[in-house]
Amino acid sequence: MSAPVEETEKPNIDIDRSVGDFRYDVDYAYDAGVGLTEATIDYICDVKQDPEWVREFRKDGYRKFLEKPMPTHWASHDLDNIVFENIRYYLSQGVTPSRTWDDVPEEMKQTFERLGIPEQERKFLAGVEAQFDSEAAYSNIKAAVGEQGVIFVGSTEGLHKHPEIFRKWFGKVIPSSDNKFSALNSAVFSGGSFIYVPPGVKVKHPLQAYFRINAQNFGQFERTLIIADEGSEVMYMEGCTAPKFETATLHSAVVELVALKGAKIQYVTVQNWSPNVFNLVTKRGLAHEDAEIKWIDCNIGSRLTMKYPGVIMKGRRARGEVISIALASDGQHQDTGAKMIHAADDTTSNVVSKSISIGTGIATYRGLVDIPPHRKGCKNNTECDALLINSHSRTDTYPAIVTRGNQNACQHEASVSKVNAEQIFYMQQRGLSEGEAMSLAVNGFVNDLVREFPMEYSVELKRLIDLEMEGSVG
Amino acid sequence: MSLSIQNLTASIGDQPILKGLNLEIPKGEVHAIMGKNGSGKSTLAKVMAGHPDYTVTGGDVLLDGESLFTLEEPDQRARAGLFLAFQYPMEIPGVTIANFIRAAVQARLPEGEELEATDYYANLYAKMDALKIARTFTSRSVNEGFSGGEKKRCEILQMAMLEPKYCVLDETDSGLDIDALKIVSEGVNAMRSPDRGFLVITHYQRLLDYIVPDKVHVMVDGRIVMTGDKDLALELEAKGYDWVTEDQLATA
Ligand SMILES: Nc1ncnc2c1ncn2[C@@H]1O[C@H](COP(=O)(O)OP(=O)(O)OP(=O)(O)O)[C@@H](O)[C@H]1O
Ligand SMILES: [Mg+2]
Repeated sequence: MSAPVEETEKPNIDIDRSVGDFRYDVDYAYDAGVGLTEATIDYICDVKQDPEWVREFRKDGYRKFLEKPMPTHWASHDLDNIVFENIRYYLSQGVTPSRTWDDVPEEMKQTFERLGIPEQERKFLAGVEAQFDSEAAYSNIKAAVGEQGVIFVGSTEGLHKHPEIFRKWFGKVIPSSDNKFSALNSAVFSGGSFIYVPPGVKVKHPLQAYFRINAQNFGQFERTLIIADEGSEVMYMEGCTAPKFETATLHSAVVELVALKGAKIQYVTVQNWSPNVFNLVTKRGLAHEDAEIKWIDCNIGSRLTMKYPGVIMKGRRARGEVISIALASDGQHQDTGAKMIHAADDTTSNVVSKSISIGTGIATYRGLVDIPPHRKGCKNNTECDALLINSHSRTDTYPAIVTRGNQNACQHEASVSKVNAEQIFYMQQRGLSEGEAMSLAVNGFVNDLVREFPMEYSVELKRLIDLEMEGSVG
Repeated sequence: MSLSIQNLTASIGDQPILKGLNLEIPKGEVHAIMGKNGSGKSTLAKVMAGHPDYTVTGGDVLLDGESLFTLEEPDQRARAGLFLAFQYPMEIPGVTIANFIRAAVQARLPEGEELEATDYYANLYAKMDALKIARTFTSRSVNEGFSGGEKKRCEILQMAMLEPKYCVLDETDSGLDIDALKIVSEGVNAMRSPDRGFLVITHYQRLLDYIVPDKVHVMVDGRIVMTGDKDLALELEAKGYDWVTEDQLATA
């Protein structure tokens, strides 16, 4: 086993990520250059032909980004290693995605084919958006779903073509000033999805977005807004990969969900970032009366992930749920959690988090459950389980349950367990290699949560865990 | 063809535990080892299986003529045909018995070959029925919350499914009730064959009434000091281990 390393000095990680680890040389038609100034923002606005209100929104976000401190006082000092002047903030081949794969530029098409996206689309998806660096290369929704009035487009198209819905909710669930990275995203956002599901429409199959980073020293800042109108239902899935880079790459998304009365949104993420990606994402949903928002989140890879999906339960009987799996391999830090804000009576939230730390990997859980004293009939259940593989691993749990008054119920359970050498020996004695034994132990640990993922994704998840564990024993 | 242990010495840290152990188990035979607590019986089993805590300091173990120690990883030795039924089987939370054994069977197939699920389950159920293990156990996590006896039975189930060449049973009888002892013994006897050898570690002569050994060895302080037939076990039961030691001293 490798010796413990300083947080700032990341070890050379060599994990077999054969699925995502490849890149193409692309001549970008639009390139905002390196570094971030007002001129960068103007460049992006011009390329995207943003309306004036968006330009102002971006500049306001930029000011807030400059004002806001890095959250190093409570999170990792590794954030200080992000050099904002060295990052490229916008790279694209054009702002209009193709509606057919045949029209997608060759190297992008090949990328997504290697990642299996067109195949998945044929098999089980209601629509796909495939983003390559700053813009979607492909975006399409199945005709039958479109005919029900479902809108599924990129954020740029959303704000141009559906301003009446878009503007009403954009930036309302997560204000630019929420944190430094939501402000940065507001300044330079590009790509991501805009979804609107009309009242009563239940989208049978999932809509999927795939976020691919191809360029080095690059920042991807997609912006997703999903609105499920009264009584509607939708499941959205996002996948993410990037090739291995020598230098740090930034992924900083903002995702806002709005579930109107009685609506249901499930948001599934399977993230498999390569080890030099800083993944700093703000995700929050607003659940109205009787609505339900469920985040199902799997974080594998990245150098540092900070992500705390939240639900604001604004209407009575609203429900919020976060189911998350985080796997921190050697040299990685998964700082994840959940925020549950009970802003109405009789609201219910559930958080189940499982983290796995391997080698020098660090997994941290940060939770916030806020139930003000005058609320009645609110319930929260939080379970955090951590699995440690070998002695360098570290796990921290910061479950902040802010609840006062006695008309509400909170339950919190946490456990830390270890895969010990005797278990591995036992499994090896049955003929399994060390890597297979570790995979089996990890899969066993997350088993009950994996069942929450759609079938196709749970298979993918298992495969990713296997790859990661094989890689970790070298 | 045999499992041949030749002048084996092994330590934990700098403390020697096995001190020149010789033992040969030809295929088709059942050998029993008896010996005081702490004499090194489990150590022998684990050293052969490749437990990382022990250092082999001398000697060799040949499995059908091939040195086990050229195979570094425990899983390589397992796939070469060595099976160890543990004195203390480990719990593996979240991994079902069915999936665990399946992975182990799969690991023995040539690369690219997939285990046929229906055949596998038919085989698994047949073996479970024979060992009187309820089929509901397939979906329980390996050893988690099992009673002592259930754990031991599950070890024998794995042995039956993996069809090893040489089986080492470390105190498989302890923790078994009288009925279970019979069932497990029948399971072992059913596996006796000219192509398989057994090393049965036990403290109780009674087991050897059911699994009748070809030879009984007595281990003292990391060595085999006496070998006899099944009657030796009866004699030990009557006279205790001090008799062996004194006898040894007398002949030394
Ligand atoms: N990890 C260890 N660290 C220190 N000493 C050990 C370790 N493992 C075994 N030993 C010592 O080695 C000796 C032999 O142990 P072993 O478990 O092989 O005995 P055994 O013959 O199987 O006994 P029992 O009949 O009680 O099962 C004992 O003195 C034991 O304390
Ligand atoms: Mg023992």
